[in-house]
Amino acid sequence: MKSIKMRRISGTILYHGFIWIFGFFMIYPVLWLVASSFKDEVEIFQKSYSLIPSSLQFDNYVQGWKGFGGITFGTFFRNSFVIVILSTIGQVASSALVAYGFARIKFVGQKVLFGCMIVTMLLPSQVLMIPQYILFSQLGWVNSFKPLVVPSYFGYPFFIFLMMQFMEGIPRELDEAARIDGCNQWGIFFRILLPLIRPAMITSAIFSFYWKWQDFFGPLLYIKKPNLYPVSLALKMFSDPAAVTDWGAMFAMSTLSLVPVFIIFVMCQKYIVEGISTTGLKG
Amino acid sequence: MVNIQTVKNKRKSINKSDYNNLAGYAFISPWLIGFIIFTVLPMLMALYFSFTKYDVLSTPKWIGLENYKAMFTSDDRFRLALGVTFKYVFTAIPLRLIFALFVAMLFVKNRKLVPLYRTVYYLPSIIGGSVAVAVMWRQLFGVNGALNGVLSSLGLLDRQISWIGNPNTALWTLVLLAVWQFGSPMLIFLAGLKQIPSSYYESASIDGANGIQQFTKITLPMLTPIILFNLVMQIISGFMAFTESYIITQGGPFDRTLFYALYLFQQGFQFYNMGYACALAWVLLLIMGAFTAIIFKSSNYWVYSESKGE
Repeated sequence: MKSIKMRRISGTILYHGFIWIFGFFMIYPVLWLVASSFKDEVEIFQKSYSLIPSSLQFDNYVQGWKGFGGITFGTFFRNSFVIVILSTIGQVASSALVAYGFARIKFVGQKVLFGCMIVTMLLPSQVLMIPQYILFSQLGWVNSFKPLVVPSYFGYPFFIFLMMQFMEGIPRELDEAARIDGCNQWGIFFRILLPLIRPAMITSAIFSFYWKWQDFFGPLLYIKKPNLYPVSLALKMFSDPAAVTDWGAMFAMSTLSLVPVFIIFVMCQKYIVEGISTTGLKG
Repeated sequence: MVNIQTVKNKRKSINKSDYNNLAGYAFISPWLIGFIIFTVLPMLMALYFSFTKYDVLSTPKWIGLENYKAMFTSDDRFRLALGVTFKYVFTAIPLRLIFALFVAMLFVKNRKLVPLYRTVYYLPSIIGGSVAVAVMWRQLFGVNGALNGVLSSLGLLDRQISWIGNPNTALWTLVLLAVWQFGSPMLIFLAGLKQIPSSYYESASIDGANGIQQFTKITLPMLTPIILFNLVMQIISGFMAFTESYIITQGGPFDRTLFYALYLFQQGFQFYNMGYACALAWVLLLIMGAFTAIIFKSSNYWVYSESKGE
């Protein structure tokens, strides 16, 4: 009996030990980035691998915040927030509408159009990149947030799909009861379904926030004026190997750019895990 | 009497379906309009431009199949980019999925601390696509980076090398970055593993099946639909990889990390060969379409489905 118990204990130790060691390698780069942002110039090079800075230097943050070309990171963060908030509202609201249409109303051509939507999820964005650019530049939208924000108001297939899945779990008797009480389709959507799919909408909002916050390709194409740069693009310019001299400041701003992402991750983990598990959203 | 009744019913149901058609299209109109303006129209435009010479400033000039011909006969960088991308996709994606499955299996039992572990292992994926992480990766594997620091302090390295700048190692640093972000497929596998009824394992172990047999005879077959899903989604995202090579290696050294998407971007927005870039885009679309089709076709042979029975 005792040996079985011993074996179980050693198995548990082995299990947790392995996960801790492997987990350390997983998280080392992130810790390293944060640690480096507090190191002074000399330490960054001499003890490059250490995770504990010998003293906490906030100089890097002060220096980094000044940005470049007279534009501070305050501007870049504000730009990012404007883009992210406007597009998140658009993506969630429009996706909810479309999801209701596909999930709850029977109409001619529904199946074909739904199929089209699924196929667009598999479509590489690079195929659309150049013609979209030509389209937006002819509209005079280059150097504005419009190319990054406006398309968000036309639904996003992943979120539509997620919300449809969620609606499947809501009994249709509710719709029927509301209809008998005199609700039209809009009423059913707005008064009955919308409050019930709130968890799916929160999940969509979180992912929308992540993707837009980290989006680099869109700003790279459409934003050429430094005072309109979002954080992702500013960070790229700030850290160009040819130009960079202040490594500490670069680490500091990189760390800072991840802070909003961390905060949401810690606060909303439940929604993230559920969102990925049910639809396979890509994080 | 009966006739009037059915006619009335019919009229009512027509009215109802008219209303539903109208309401249905009203609700999906945001997506439908966006689909036409931002997807269908650009795709057709790209197809047209791919048969032209177009530099944005002057009007597109029709040159027929010249772009495609040039791509397959005289463009060495196209072949290089294709090779690099294939190498990247077919090492990074299988490795990422293997890690994802392996770790998911560690986390499937509800042991203590598993929620914490899951968070730590998922963290890299949530920040992985950001510029900050790309910048960080460049420094980790750079000449003065942490990897060299560790290696030289262990006495394993007599001179500092740049893992990013070395033609033999550059691509592998990007593969490592991709594998590091196995969090999303891990969570999807985890959800799938939890759906396998535990009674299957119980009866298998009564019949004397060991762990490996249980894995190959129960776990893997039951997971095949999820493996299929992960495989398709990950291969697509692999072909589209851009930020990593753009920021970390700029496609170098000597084009060893020239991802297809990066090459497309260079042709379009640095050399202003918009027509040629559109041709590249369509070839990419066809290649990815072919891969997706092959995977789905082959799935008849390896994906388990309940309806086909035991």
